[in-house]
Amino acid sequence: MSLLALSDITIRYSRLTAVRDVSFSMDEGEILFITGPNGAGKSSLLRAIAGVTPVAGGRIDLAGHEITGQAPENIARLGFSMVPEGRDVFGSLTTEENLLVGTGMHARERGWRSRAAGELEAVYATFPMLKERRHGQAGLLSGGQQQMLVIGRALMTNPRLVAIDEPSLGLAPNINDQVYERLIALRAQRQLTLLIVEQSSARAMMVGGRMILMRGGQIVLDGDARELGNGEAIQAAYFGYEDH
Amino acid sequence: MLQILFDALSLGSLYALGALGIALIFGVMRLVNFAHGDVIAFCVFALLWPSTDAMAIVFAGQLPWYLLVPFVLLCGAGLSVLCEIIVFRRFRQANPATMMIASFALGFVIRYFLLMLFSSRPKSISLLPELSQPVEILGARLPLLQLITIVTTMVILIGLTLFLRQTRFGLEMRAAAENFSMARMLGVRANRVIMGAFALSGALAAAIALIFGIQTGTLDIQMGASIMLMAFIATVIGGLGSLGGAVLAGFLLGAASVIMQVMLPIDARPFRDAFVYGAVILVLLFRPQGLIAARGTKERV
Repeated sequence: MSLLALSDITIRYSRLTAVRDVSFSMDEGEILFITGPNGAGKSSLLRAIAGVTPVAGGRIDLAGHEITGQAPENIARLGFSMVPEGRDVFGSLTTEENLLVGTGMHARERGWRSRAAGELEAVYATFPMLKERRHGQAGLLSGGQQQMLVIGRALMTNPRLVAIDEPSLGLAPNINDQVYERLIALRAQRQLTLLIVEQSSARAMMVGGRMILMRGGQIVLDGDARELGNGEAIQAAYFGYEDH
Repeated sequence: MLQILFDALSLGSLYALGALGIALIFGVMRLVNFAHGDVIAFCVFALLWPSTDAMAIVFAGQLPWYLLVPFVLLCGAGLSVLCEIIVFRRFRQANPATMMIASFALGFVIRYFLLMLFSSRPKSISLLPELSQPVEILGARLPLLQLITIVTTMVILIGLTLFLRQTRFGLEMRAAAENFSMARMLGVRANRVIMGAFALSGALAAAIALIFGIQTGTLDIQMGASIMLMAFIATVIGGLGSLGGAVLAGFLLGAASVIMQVMLPIDARPFRDAFVYGAVILVLLFRPQGLIAARGTKERV
């Protein structure tokens, strides 16, 4: 059974339809890039899975539970962890406090404190820079550091599926490379299932994995990132050369 | 001189506690709760047995202080949480202006409920009269109550700070105040955080009610409104949503009121509040975002 399944998802903002009848599913351990130009509906889709944007139609299933219309805090409890666009660091909190916010939802379970401490050490081992700044205000970290912080924060909830919305946004290319390096290492380490939204498909082709290309609120291509990358279809999808 | 300082601190304490009650709720749900003042009034009247007689029939007010204080705090927290469940929960998705109007309406409902039970006549009550005794400190004679007010406020402020900084629930509240939907995506339960904020805010209202009731000895269903106005102004000057700012501005407003009371020429003293509000306008002209701008309301960079 797939870990995440969307069927016929439609998202509307008053009159505007941002996503129309989108269906796809993801298996455990998969890495899936959703790419496409601005306004293709990629972010809306992620926000709908997270439960912060309501869907106008369709159904979403996560780990065997229907989550359509569920509250974000309940979806998080099923193992979905989101890194939103623009990162959304809690700027007035310290780095460590940022990391700890998401551990509270396991507070009813036995031994959560020691597990949270273990998670914290694991995140610090991956991102040593965060440990150095653990008691500093998170709002004062640089963009790249904040991106690492929110990835670490997402991991702290011990998720089954991590979704990241435009990790490259506003980062210098070399910093962005570092972020991806860590992500790929983490994926290998923890068998993470990753759902990544990126505007450009270049990164997806570099990293590999599956890629879905969206345009105008619909899926236009779905396949292996490297294979798709060589085709003409992808150019057509981006620039809108259609058959006349 | 010392007398002025203590006057300023004790008046500022009331404003600071009031402002904190408003800022807490604004922080988590962007609601300016104008019913806060009426929660204060409700807590005071919880001390009496409902009657429209001119004579107050003391009910909970007879309790010894160690029962009286928890009783009133519970009343405040309970009513405040009830307001959230019955009214504000339905307005979660509404825009801030709608919520504000709803809070006005709710305030009137509470006030007229009290009016129905107790009539509009102010009632006098002697609560814990032993607190009105003067004590001598560094050559100044101060009412014991003033001292207790200041100490209590400090204890509440320190306690609240520790709660927000050291507990898991406090951490969740701070995260939610800064970015509510992100906090929810990390599993923070919206209802729990909001109800927690309302409970705290209601307990703060109750603390004000107690101090005010003991201080003035008169209970009036309008009494919450005047504190509420000053407290609201303090939250705006402090930077809406900033707890530290609210407290700071509360004390500044208290100080400004007391200092003007002393410094203004006798003829101008009846217009003291006009001068205080004038100062408020000046502050806002120079710092429209408030003294300490809150994170959540600031634009993201």
